[in-house]
Amino acid sequence: MTKPKISRRDVLIGSSALAVGATFATRVLSASPPATEITPALIEAAKKEGKVIWYTSVDLPLAEKVAKAFEAKFPGVAVRVERSGAERVFQRIGQENASNIHAVDVVNSSDAAHSIVWKKANLLEAFVPEDVAKFYPVEHKDPDGMFASFRVWVSIIAYNTDLVKKEDAPKSFADLLDPKWKNKIVKAHPGYSGTIMTATFQMARDLGWGYFEKLAAQNVMQVQSSADPPKRLALGERAVMADGNEYNIFEISEKGGPVAPVYATEGSPLIVGPTAMFKTAPNPNAAKLFTAYSFTQECQQLIINVGGLRSVHPQTKDKPGRTPFKDIKVMKDDPAGVEATSDEIKQKYSKIFKV
Amino acid sequence: MTIAIPATQPPRKYGIDFTKPVLYGFAAVLCVLIVLPLSWLFLYSLTDSKGALTLANFYRLFTESSFYDPLVTTFIIATTSAIVCCAVAAPMGWLVARTDLPFSGVIRALVTASFVTPPFLGAIAWELLAAPNSGLLNKIFRGITGAEPDVHLFNIYTIQGIIFVISCYTFPYVFVLVANSLDRTPGELEDASSILGGGRWYTARRITIPLVLPALLAGALVAFLQAMTLFGSPAILALPAGFHTMTTKIWSLFQYPPKPELAAAASLPLLVLTVFLLRAEHMILGRRGYSVVGGKYGAPRLIPLHSWRWVAFIICLLVLMLPVFLPYMALFNAAFSPVATTFLTFKNATLHNIQFVLFDLSAASLALKNTVILGTATATIGTMIAVVIAYVTARRAVTGWRVLGFLATAPIAIPGIVLGVGLFLSYTRPPFVLYGTLWILLIAFVTIALPSAYQQLQAAFRTIHPELEDASRILGATRLRSLWEITAPLLRTGVIATWCFIFVGVMRELSAAIILFTSETKVISVLIYDLNESGDLGAISVIGIGMLLITFAVVTAVNRIPGFGNVRFRN
Repeated sequence: MTKPKISRRDVLIGSSALAVGATFATRVLSASPPATEITPALIEAAKKEGKVIWYTSVDLPLAEKVAKAFEAKFPGVAVRVERSGAERVFQRIGQENASNIHAVDVVNSSDAAHSIVWKKANLLEAFVPEDVAKFYPVEHKDPDGMFASFRVWVSIIAYNTDLVKKEDAPKSFADLLDPKWKNKIVKAHPGYSGTIMTATFQMARDLGWGYFEKLAAQNVMQVQSSADPPKRLALGERAVMADGNEYNIFEISEKGGPVAPVYATEGSPLIVGPTAMFKTAPNPNAAKLFTAYSFTQECQQLIINVGGLRSVHPQTKDKPGRTPFKDIKVMKDDPAGVEATSDEIKQKYSKIFKV
Repeated sequence: MTIAIPATQPPRKYGIDFTKPVLYGFAAVLCVLIVLPLSWLFLYSLTDSKGALTLANFYRLFTESSFYDPLVTTFIIATTSAIVCCAVAAPMGWLVARTDLPFSGVIRALVTASFVTPPFLGAIAWELLAAPNSGLLNKIFRGITGAEPDVHLFNIYTIQGIIFVISCYTFPYVFVLVANSLDRTPGELEDASSILGGGRWYTARRITIPLVLPALLAGALVAFLQAMTLFGSPAILALPAGFHTMTTKIWSLFQYPPKPELAAAASLPLLVLTVFLLRAEHMILGRRGYSVVGGKYGAPRLIPLHSWRWVAFIICLLVLMLPVFLPYMALFNAAFSPVATTFLTFKNATLHNIQFVLFDLSAASLALKNTVILGTATATIGTMIAVVIAYVTARRAVTGWRVLGFLATAPIAIPGIVLGVGLFLSYTRPPFVLYGTLWILLIAFVTIALPSAYQQLQAAFRTIHPELEDASRILGATRLRSLWEITAPLLRTGVIATWCFIFVGVMRELSAAIILFTSETKVISVLIYDLNESGDLGAISVIGIGMLLITFAVVTAVNRIPGFGNVRFRN
């Protein structure tokens, strides 16, 4: 997995790839740009543009809530959310970029590897919001100021509490291989979801591909987005999910939905979702304003409270009733590793699961 | 005695007749529309990712199970769906056209309703109804029998489930062909058989069935092709069912890193099979068209069903519950209930989904705008092109009219997703960089709509005798003028029906749009696909119901335009 070959992702479609070497050389020397505050001048400039286009893989209702909160705080700047699975967002941006279409202002992906690719291809704008500069831990921001962690969460096991008693629920990934779960598992797909791409990488590394082969024999129901398995659980379509967003489980269970999380004893895959803005952003000032807002304590607390996400902003508070993040055993994240092997992961996965 | 007739000099105008340049212009446009994407498709299928010539794509296609499994699956689905469609639609078409079935107009309207329903929406609705555990029908079944939670009656996530859903929204094609053919078949032939002593079954076997056979065969073929090239229903159902069809496989090849050369290669079997089947149909039927329209015939004799009338009617209604009543009830339920597959009660009803779609879903207004623009533009342009070509071929107006007719029919052989791939390859590079604009979608939609629009209008032209135009021409009008002043008014109803047909087609279209959209050019069908990806079924239901209302509103509005008369909307 650490083989130093140049993956196809490095050669991000088209001409930008040629610039990689040169850009990198200068970037290493340059420090991150100075932090930007939200000034009245920035707000004014953003209002002139009037809108910001946000490509994201955050579950749609939550993404629209963030958009509405932003619009309420900065009236006159409308947010349009373009939501699909992170791998599709990535494909879309690549495809649009190759055709010289520049529609995206700000992106938030659930596959941290994407930011690495975009940075290498010299597509990202160096922009450091005040909150990121002041509060964000070093490991959660790019040294060159290209991106920072907007959200953190885990991909977890969960079960439908109407269909499974607490004591019968699986405790670990290994438990999911028990024959009693045959035909009862739902899981999302790494070809569409960045969360699942990241999770599949970590699980394949820690548990081996053999685990997935055995899981496939359980006749799992395959869906696309990591936001979907929690919703299928809530419908009662399947009893257990093998992977999916922790935050959707919180969101559903806190509204009284019959789902409960399980933090696998092997550790839960850790997912980090960086936000970045594009150099070619059609609405650069609105993009800056939105990016800056998304890292504020206010927005971060919002995604915790209504979204069930985790934040690395130190001024935010966990919501009572949820397992504190520090108490969860997580697998180690490795965006560079994902970046190098994502194509291989997709191929192996579709060979094993037939889709 | 001779009467001197004063020599009347017809007021001839020596204006330039623009007919030929206009027609050749159309031919050139059609060539570009069809030939360009197909050429790129062929070229790409024969190159590797670096652009060198190779056969490796085809080698992979036929050696890797991840490619030929979907091919086999697709073939099974298409064949079975075609059989199911014929088995359901042919008897129903006969009942409606040839018997004294009560309320046959209602049955026709319901078939139209299932035709208007986008297949992907139908698939989502059937997910709500027949998912093994959460499906409403399975819940009812368990409620009645008291069965265990895991026991289910239906499972939509199976190959049978997909065949069922595809058949639900494909059988209208067969129904319309069969019913129209029976409508046109005169009763005299059957009467002659009876008079000569043929019994009812003998007449049916020797007269009616052979007469309707070409239509049935054509219907089977259309159903097969539809099922083979459909993207919507498999895209919703195949992934949870754990397999790919050819169309979903082609779509997955656009995942990052995109492999357009493999997608092109995978598209070609669909194209080749379609062309082959169309040729085969032509060879089987040959010239065996039954020229049954001509002169004045009595209305077809209706066979009295006696006491079976109401039984037949109820059976028809029961069958039509599957594509129409049940799915719309499921969507309605999901739109207003707190959780998509919880039964709606007065207590738990919520407007949350409506509120979400109307006020929170920021991509919706743009998608709606794009869809309406594209629907209107495609319908208008497509109808115009189809009118001209239908005229030229019906009147054999220029040399080479056959070519024009062929070009207008050719897109029928290009599955939507294949066309999408071809257009993507054609219009993402100079000189035509159209990707990212509505133009590329317009081109795709016009191309897809052209064959059926052309065929409908050609049929309409055949009902107008050329002598009317000839009179106008003799009096000195150019062809375009006589077309405009004589033929066009007579064609009104046919034109409006075609316009509506194309508009509805645009609302239904997903397979080319899914390849060609960008965030700025998203249409409703793609938005629904995106919402399905993350399982937002409540929002989908609201949009789906809204989409249907728009469709009905547009069709009704167009039919109400003063002076256009009332068109019976027929597929």
